[in-house]
This record gives sequence, C-alpha cells and structure tokens, in this order.
Amino acid sequence: MNNRNTASGSLFTLGPRAIVLFCASAFAAFAEPARSPLSPTNIFAPVSTPAQSIFDLSRFVLMITAAIFVVVFSLLVYAVMKFRKKTPVDSREPAQVYGSTQVELAWTVIPILIVVVLFLAAARVIGSIQNMARPDNAIDVTVIGHQFWWEYRYPSLKVVTANELHIPVSNPAHPVPTFLTLLSADTDHSFWVPRLAGKTDLIPNHPNTMWMDPHETGLFLGQCAQYCGTQHAKMLLRVYVDSREDFARWIQAQSQPAAAGRTSSEGQKIFEQTACINCHTIAGTPANGTYGPDLTHLMSRQTIAAGAAPNTFGNLIAWIYNPAVIKPGCKMPSMGLSIRQANAVAAYLETLR
Amino acid sequence: MSTESISLPRTGTAPRPLAEGLHQWVTTVDHKRLGILYILYALLFLLIGGVEAIIMRIQLIRPHNDFVSPQVFNRMFTMHGTTMIFFVIMPVMFGFANYLVPLMIGARAMAYPRLNAFSFWMTAFGGLLLYFSFIGGDGLYGAGSAPDVGWFAYAPLTSQTFSRGHSTDFWILSLLVSGVGSIGTAINIIATTLCLRCKGMTPGKMPLLAWLNLTMAGLVILAVSPLTAAQLMLLVDRYLGGHFFDTQAGGSAVMWMHFFWVFGHPEVYVLVIPAFAFASEIIPVFSRKAIFGYPVMVAATICIAFIGMSVWAHHMFTVGMSSSANTFFVLSSMAIAVPTGIKIFNWLATMWGGQIHFRTPMLFCIAFLFQFLIAGLTGIMQAVAPFDWQLTASYFVVAHFHYVIVGGILFTLFGAFYYWFPKMSGRMYNEALGRLHFWLFLIGFHLTFDFMHIPGILGMPRRIYTYEPGRGWEVWNLIVTIGVFFQAAGILVFIGNLLWSYLQGQLAGSDPWDAWTLEWSTTSPPPVYNFAIIPEVKSRRPLWDLKHPEDPDWQYE
Amino acid sequence: MSAPSFTFPASNIRWDLPERGPVAMYCLIASESAIFTIFVVAYIFYLGKSASGPQPRDVLRVPIFFTICLLASSLTIHLAVRSLRRGKLRSFGLSWLLTFTLGAIFLAGTAREWHHLIYEEGLTIQTNLFGTTYYSLVGLHAFHVTVGLLALATVAVFTLFGHVRQEHAQRAEVLSMYWHFVDVVWIIVFTVVYIVGRQG
Repeated sequence: MNNRNTASGSLFTLGPRAIVLFCASAFAAFAEPARSPLSPTNIFAPVSTPAQSIFDLSRFVLMITAAIFVVVFSLLVYAVMKFRKKTPVDSREPAQVYGSTQVELAWTVIPILIVVVLFLAAARVIGSIQNMARPDNAIDVTVIGHQFWWEYRYPSLKVVTANELHIPVSNPAHPVPTFLTLLSADTDHSFWVPRLAGKTDLIPNHPNTMWMDPHETGLFLGQCAQYCGTQHAKMLLRVYVDSREDFARWIQAQSQPAAAGRTSSEGQKIFEQTACINCHTIAGTPANGTYGPDLTHLMSRQTIAAGAAPNTFGNLIAWIYNPAVIKPGCKMPSMGLSIRQANAVAAYLETLR
Repeated sequence: MSTESISLPRTGTAPRPLAEGLHQWVTTVDHKRLGILYILYALLFLLIGGVEAIIMRIQLIRPHNDFVSPQVFNRMFTMHGTTMIFFVIMPVMFGFANYLVPLMIGARAMAYPRLNAFSFWMTAFGGLLLYFSFIGGDGLYGAGSAPDVGWFAYAPLTSQTFSRGHSTDFWILSLLVSGVGSIGTAINIIATTLCLRCKGMTPGKMPLLAWLNLTMAGLVILAVSPLTAAQLMLLVDRYLGGHFFDTQAGGSAVMWMHFFWVFGHPEVYVLVIPAFAFASEIIPVFSRKAIFGYPVMVAATICIAFIGMSVWAHHMFTVGMSSSANTFFVLSSMAIAVPTGIKIFNWLATMWGGQIHFRTPMLFCIAFLFQFLIAGLTGIMQAVAPFDWQLTASYFVVAHFHYVIVGGILFTLFGAFYYWFPKMSGRMYNEALGRLHFWLFLIGFHLTFDFMHIPGILGMPRRIYTYEPGRGWEVWNLIVTIGVFFQAAGILVFIGNLLWSYLQGQLAGSDPWDAWTLEWSTTSPPPVYNFAIIPEVKSRRPLWDLKHPEDPDWQYE
Repeated sequence: MSAPSFTFPASNIRWDLPERGPVAMYCLIASESAIFTIFVVAYIFYLGKSASGPQPRDVLRVPIFFTICLLASSLTIHLAVRSLRRGKLRSFGLSWLLTFTLGAIFLAGTAREWHHLIYEEGLTIQTNLFGTTYYSLVGLHAFHVTVGLLALATVAVFTLFGHVRQEHAQRAEVLSMYWHFVDVVWIIVFTVVYIVGRQG
C-alpha cells in the first residue's frame, strides 16, 4: 500500500508535548507581570484589582480555549492527513455516512457545558468589578473627555488639572481606590490604561464610573480607545500612581493659584489680551476659559497636548506658534502670533509650576 | 457568456456588437448575468478596499510615520470598512446566490427578475455614490470629502456639530440606497426558494446552499431595516433639527449604538452564512461523502440566525450598561458559540472517512476550517465581557473580525470562485496558479492577522493613524504590514488566473467535479433557460442518485 | 459543450408551492415592521425625557374619528377583494374607491392635527425630543399611507380603463395585505402615542 502520509510536515513529528510547551512559553512571555514588560500597556501585566481580576479570568478562558483548539486542531490535521485520497485513486466512493445521533449529541452537550462554565466565570467577575461598593476613603476624580484632551477634577480636594492624572497608591491590606466618574464634553471617548483596568467609555449625557486601586507606584500609560475625531490617536493617557506623601504634596501644589510674578511679563500680557484666556484657565488670573486644558500648573506636567509632545521650552513655542504641526486637526487654532510673541508666551507659561 | 442569441433586425446601419452586448448586459434580467455583474462589481471594490488597507498599513509600519495625514487615514479606515462590508462581501454573496439558487432548486429564474435587476443597480449606484464623496464631498469650511466617522458612525460624532460638510451624508445616503437593493434581493431569494422549487424538492431536500441563503435573506430583511431606520433618524437630526442623537438636548448616543448594532451583529451573520453555504457544498464533493448531519446543519443555521439577533450589545460592553445587561449579552453570545461549533464538527465529520481531493477549492475550504476555529475561539474570549473590557476597540478585535471575514469568508469565497468558475464560464481555471494564489494568500493572511492579535494584547487601540514608540508595538506592526503584500500578490495571481482561464482555459464540460447538485446537470455555462426539461428530484443529491442507481440517497434519507 | 445526459425520473406527485406575491409581500411587511419597531422604541425611550417644550398630555388630542376611518378602510378593501374574486367588478370598484377615500380622510386628519400642533401649540420636529420622535413616527406612518394611496389610485385608474378583471384578484389581495399592515401599524402607533404616551 502506498502510504503518502509520511511526506507531510515535520512540525507534527515534534509531537504534541513540544507544541504545548512552545505555546505555554509563548503565553507566559505575555503573561509575566513584568519588571521590564514587553510593553508598558500590556493587558497581561496588571497592577490594580480590576485589571488583575480580568487577567485571572482571561487565564482561565485561555486555558479552556487552548484546550478546545488543541483538540479540534488535532482532529482536523488528522482528518486531512489520514483521509487524503490514495493513489491510485479508488474509483469506489467511500462509505456515505449521513449522521450519527450519539456523536452529534456529544458535541452539542459538551460545548453547552463549556459555555455554561465560561458564562458563570464571566458573570462573577462582571459583578465583582461593576458592583464594587465605593468605600468612604476612596479618592474621587471626575474625568471629562474633550476632543482631544482629558480634564480631571477632584471635587472634594478642589483641584482641576488636565492630561496627567495623579492618584495615590493603594495598599491591598488597607485599600484606597480611586473612583472615576466619566463624562464627555463632546463626542464619545474611552479611558484605557490597560495595566490599571479595562476600558470604560466617556459618552455625553451618559455618565459612567470605573475604579482602580494600583498597588505599585509609577507612571502608567494608555490612550483614548473610542474614535473621537481627527486626533483620536494623540489623546494619550498618563496616570501617575504616587505614594501617599507624594500624592498629598501634589494635591497641595495643584490647589494653589498660579505663582504671580512681581510684574506681568510680556508673555502674560499677550496671553491675557489674545483669545488664550477664552479657552484656558490659569487660577488667580483673569484667564478662566474651560474649552481647553487648565494651565495653572502646566510645568508640573511632563508632556503637553495630551501626551503628544514632551513639555520642553522648544515644544511649547512650537505648539503655541502652530499647534497643527504637532497635532494636525486638534482644536487649538494658531493665534497668528509671531515667533517672538510665542517665545514670550512660552516663557510666561514656564513660570506656571 | 450565455447561449442566448437575440438577432436584431437588420437595418441600413452597420452592426455594433459592442453596443449591443453592453446593452444586453445593462438591461438583463437573467439571474445568471445579474449574478456575474454582482460578482464583478464586488471584485472591483475588493481591489479598491484592498488599496485602502495597503495605505493604512504603510502608514502604520512604524511609529510617527507621515505617509498620509490623520484626515486621510481616518477616511481610509471608514471607507475600507464600509466598502468591504457593503460593496464587496454583500454583493458577492448576493451574486453567488443569484447565480446558484435557481439552478440548484431546478428553477428557470428568480421569482422577480426585474426586481432582481433593480436591486443590483441600486446596490451598484450606492457604491458609486459613496466613492463620489472623494471628489464631490466638499462642504462648509472645506470640511468635505469621503466619510471619516468610522464604518459604524457613532453619534454624536456624526452630528452637524462634529461632522460638517457632506461626508457623513454620503455614508448615510449610499447605504440607504444600497440597503433598498439588499432588501429587494432578500425578498427575491425568499420568494424564489419558497415558490419555485422543482418537483420533489421539499424543503428537507434542498441543497444546504439554498437553505443557508434563505436564512441569510431572512436576516437581511430583519437586520438592514434597523440600519435604515437609524440612518433616517440621523438625517432628521442633521437636516431637520431633530434630536434623536443630540446629547445636548437629552438625546442618547447610546441609542444610536443599540440601533446600529441591532443591524451590525446580524449583518456579520449575513456575511458568514453564505460562506458556510460554500463550505457545505464544496467539502462534501471533495471528500466524496455526503454532508454529515444535514438536518442539524439546517437547524444550527436557523439557531445562529435567531440567537444572532439577541447578541448585539456585546459590541457595547464598555459603554456602561448595567451588570445585568452585560451578563445577559455574555450569555447570548456564549450560546451562539454552540451551533457554530456544531457546524465545524459536522464539516470535520464529513471529511472523516472520506477521500479528500486537494484541489484548489478544497484547499481554501480546509484553511477556512482551521481559521474559522481560531476566529470562533477569539470570539469566545471576547464574549467574556470583562476580558472584552481590555480587548475591545483594540487591534485584538480587529484581528478577530478580519480572521472571520478574511480567514473565514474570503477563503470560502475563493473556494467558491474556483469551484463554480467552470460552470459560469465553461472553462477550467489553471490549477497551478490556483495553488500559487492559495499559498501566497495563506502566508500573507497569517503574517498579517495572526500577529495582529499581539498589539491588541499590548494595548494598541484601533483607528489610530499613528502610535507612540516604546509601547512594544513596532515589530508587530511591521510584520502585519509585510503580510499585506503577500495577500496582494495572491489576489493579483487570482485575477490573472480568472482572466487567463476565461480566455484560454480548457473546456470544462457540465460536471468537472463529479458533483451531485442540479447545477451540474446542465451545460457550462447554462443556457438562459437553465434546464431543457425541469428536473424532478427524490433526494438531496439528485445526481448521486442518477450516478449510483444501485445505492441512491433517497433510500437513506 | 455536449448536452449532459441526465434524465430525471418523472412522477405524478402533487406539487403545490406558495404563490410568490403573498410571500414577497410578507417579507416586505416584515422589513417595514422592523423599521417601525425602531421608531416606536425611540419614541417610548424618549417619553418623559423632553426637558422643555410641549408635552404629549398637553397637546395631543386622540384622533378617534380618523382612526375609525382608517380601520374601516381595511374592511372596505377586504370587501373589494372579495368582490373581485367573485367577479363583481362594479362593487369591487366602489369598495376600492371607498377605501381610497377613507385613507385620504385619514391623511387629511393627520395634516389637520399637524397644523394645529405646529401653529397653535408650537410643537415642531425641532422643539424637543417629543417633537422629534412624534413627527418622525407619525410621519413615517403617513408616508406609508401615502404610498398605499398612490398604489390604490393606480389600480383605480386601471379599473376605470377596464384593465382589472377577476383573474387579477390575487394581485389586489397582495396590495390589500400592505394596506392591512398600514392599519395594524396605526393601531400600534395610536396605542403608543395617544394612549400610553399621554399617561404620566
């Protein structure tokens, strides 16, 4: 008998065990809650309870789907190899089998059981994340999504800032979670910092809440995850998880009005006489616009334009002179200032610590 | 291509065969010609949609690339999605249904030939209207051109406040127009299947392709209408000052999402069920065995259609529905995995114990089985709502749905092209080129869409025209882009094969595959009247009965 | 291409399949029902959510007379089709025209109601959520009535010229199915807008 099966791919001669080991190690590479992660936005590197619950659930789901995959994949490979037509081609047709009640029942019942298990696991985690009661010591932040920046208000701490969120670290033994209320000033957005929590949308006229309790300090990255217009791609998220002391210090600094210079600089004059004050707030000055980010403590931030550029003097000048160069399609217009004027305004903004 | 000949009266002027030929095609009401028109139209838009994908992938090949501006990129992903769904997959499926259903049920025509033509031209016009937006769409403040609101056009981004100019209107109007065409075709398919079956072909003896297209047509009727309604509401908002989705006036952006996804989810079953139909016809023939479990295949398909109307909000797990609502949609989404899985097992069982012939149609269908399995499993992962809170709106879901649409639907579509090309053209395609197409496309597909899952897991959202370096996304985006060029090469080989074979291919005869359904009992291509004598059948495989009179199917069904 | 040599055995089993007309009309009705369902859902969802402007219970007057006209037209069209099936062309023509008239009266009633709402109550499609959803839903229904009236008028013209005969009864019946659908939709719209919507 002419057996042609041995000619087929060598991968299969490695044996199923090798394949499982390969897949497991590939998976582990992603799953490793990392010191130096593959990515600062790896969903499999949680540092906060919601992200951790999701990660644990996902491992369970992946185990089950991997098992299903291995079984069905192997059967498919076996069928394709074993039942290929023989040469010379047998002129008789193979036995025609129209069905089999037992087999069909089995592969209906087993999937139903699997599906029930997955459903119950999912339902439990949905409840534990969504219906988490807000403890009294939680930090409240109201997040307002704008095209294309983030507004943060701490209602009880009386702080308003933009684009870089500071929250305190939470000791799992005595948790201090941060609860976010999510609103939107214009279109739909989505708050996604993968290592802290799953994403939740910001939808106008539809307030949402989410919470996080990171147990590690550090900077955690993310970005808007719901297409909101031209510069959706550069509506970045930077969440600083501070120690309790650092957080308290930050709050203290943010609640002060802008440091007033002895005399108004030329930059401040230009800022106050051009339409800048219509969009931006600088606490303690006449600037009280709310269309754009609060600039009172602009220099406490490491980036500008919702993370689109590092907060350097050169970038500030470039941004003021013509925002479209850094973020084409953003809502801040070029105010037609000269380079010298832009320089002056940037120098003024540099005093806003 | 048909053997029909209409001799025009000779007048004093010279004959103009090209004009006459074109006129025949433009005014045809023959379901086979309309089927071919749909298919060719879809192929053209496949190439256009593919170019849009290539543009996006080049832009994303490295961080902070400036191949195209954000405005152009946003138009690309909107147009790519809209084109591929409404002007490629839907028309090509309608085309194959149009061509095959009457032949497979032993009828001479569709129930409503003129409605058929009208529906095709409506769909065709819709596509042209959408693409006219590139040149004709300038509106106020120069903010026109092609739609850039994403193919699901979430409110309030589509309101006059945020989408000035007419680009969104092109999206609305072109889909309203082609939606009329879709509903017309769906009505036609249902009327044809219920009213024109040949003698002896009870519903339980119809080919699975007929059953599945019937189900698809039912879904079109129930699903496209909510989109029509939502788009009318959006027009009222944009032009009559209405407040359906005006959040400043108390309107609900979430309501648009509900209405859209009540369309959008059944729509994906509209796309995939005909693909299942192709697999259900091709796999048995190339395994030399009857389909395993025909009644359950029908029942599972109908279950998928029903349950598929109840899962829509699994696209909305992150919008802030209550935990009970989220839990319900997890349950329904999990439930639909069961009949879908059953179908995979039935195809597997069909091959089991058979004699598999690895011709090009079968290669594509075998790859479909592996790929659809994976696509289904990543679907299950996302049905688990908390996991979806990470995965949705990222490149993971983009990878998932391309796995279904390209790895599942497009692969079986290629299989269908190769399988029925001999019937439609009378000629065999070139098998070596077919295999070349298969391997190029397989490699490209896996390079692109396997690796695309990884940036999603590493936090890369979708619909971004560029991304930051240092997030670990660079190498994966590079691999994804490289795969695209293999796929493009495969498609070029495919088109070349179709053209060359049409002109030079070996004559195919009526039944090159030794198959069992009625379309193989007539000539290739069939005459305009399909059958000289309307067949009469006794089983699901009438030609098997005739070829194996000692062992006919009707003794076992 | 030689002709294939399959000869299918013939039998004399009975083979009755549905007629394509009613099947197609049922499909159309299903699709239109889905459209109306979405508008009704929007209407119900937005009940009570209009922050300002006229509210349903303040401005809506229940159109009992016009509703009776429309529902009666279902009866008259049913009688018309029955007459045509029996070959009674004259009574078919009269019932058909009566149906048209009743439908036209209903439309006139809608027009009158809208005139009142716009000019005396200040409710337009732009005013508030109630205005938007009310005019859209009732307007969509009125549009379907209009299309129906056009179809009825076309048949009436054909009848006048003697082109409609007993053998066309099924086509008239298919058209009457559409008309009944329009009436059933009105029952639902009426209940939702004028009864349920005016409470609370």
